[in-house]
Amino acid sequence: MSFDCTEYLQYTVLHLTGEVDLSNSSKVRSCLLEILDQGKSVIVDFSTLTYIDSSGMATLVEGLNIANKNNLSLFIAAANGAPLQVIELTRLNQVFTLVNAVEDIKE
Amino acid sequence: MTQKTAKTNTKSLIEVNQLDSAYGDRQVLNDINLSVNEGEILVIMGGSGSGKSTLLKNMLGLMPPSAGEILFDGLNICDANRSQLSKLRRSMGVAFQGGALLSSMSVGDNIKLPLRQHTDLDENTISIMSRLKLELMNLADYEDLMPSELSGGMLKRAGLARAVIMDPKILFFDEPSAGLDPVTSVELDQLILQLRTAMNMTIIVVTHELESAFTIADRIAVLFDGELVITGTVDEIKACTDSRVINLINRTPRDIQLDADQYLSRLTKGAE
Repeated sequence: MSFDCTEYLQYTVLHLTGEVDLSNSSKVRSCLLEILDQGKSVIVDFSTLTYIDSSGMATLVEGLNIANKNNLSLFIAAANGAPLQVIELTRLNQVFTLVNAVEDIKE
Repeated sequence: MTQKTAKTNTKSLIEVNQLDSAYGDRQVLNDINLSVNEGEILVIMGGSGSGKSTLLKNMLGLMPPSAGEILFDGLNICDANRSQLSKLRRSMGVAFQGGALLSSMSVGDNIKLPLRQHTDLDENTISIMSRLKLELMNLADYEDLMPSELSGGMLKRAGLARAVIMDPKILFFDEPSAGLDPVTSVELDQLILQLRTAMNMTIIVVTHELESAFTIADRIAVLFDGELVITGTVDEIKACTDSRVINLINRTPRDIQLDADQYLSRLTKGAE
């Protein structure tokens, strides 16, 4: 698993690549909480993510809760395949705003 | 409703080779050969006393077989050391028939236990993971209750929540439908299919519930008196001409043939 951040409009885009699981979700959490701590809204880009387990999804849920409390946004972009099925299985598609691509988000 | 889609790989994840198992002098399993493919749902079926629970114990490393080997990703668990077994068990989840929750802990703490023991995840993450699994099992309002306050079906679902809390690669499920009402039973079958699809779990289910087996199984292994009669797809099982399989499918009571002298001898053993 690897991740990096880029800027898009007023958002920080957190690109996740490979597999997020118990062994590495803590690193994603640290990064996500740091972005939110800086008062930035986040787009989590799933386009190159092949797997995410419930520790990864729990991290994003925690991030969304912090974002909501601070009038920030957290979107999930380009979820497909197994990660999308995990979101649907846990019914988190009713909690997160899912967009097809990062570029679909306008200011 | 989730459809059964056989997205299994042909890569074999578990191999059971020439396995014999016994309790003392009583042979329970005889020359079992079985493989489980990655991402597959394999159902082990058989009547009471057929040896299916013993096979499960052998596969979990809870009971050593008397002969043969069980390979997980090439590792023979019969020869594995403690550290190898411990690492392997972290990739496994087991849902026992009665839930097997610790009675001194709340439902939520029971479910969080594996994460607290085996990971260094933040407590916030652990709490959200636990609640995600409780939601999945329709037990959202039961986190703070004690196991003694749950019904049998709820205990079973809570046990499953704990079994999948670490998103295991392999899930063993002992009698998922036993004791459940028909609607809950169907919901659990659907959940098993969803877990396989979304989490790519390899799932081994031990059951004697035909309807459930036919709904969820990619393949079914039928045990009879300690012997593996057939392993095949649902269609292959339904088309099987072996009388033992036909009787199991048709729920035909066994015709027990008795030797009159031996029967009388058993009944009067020790009597003057």
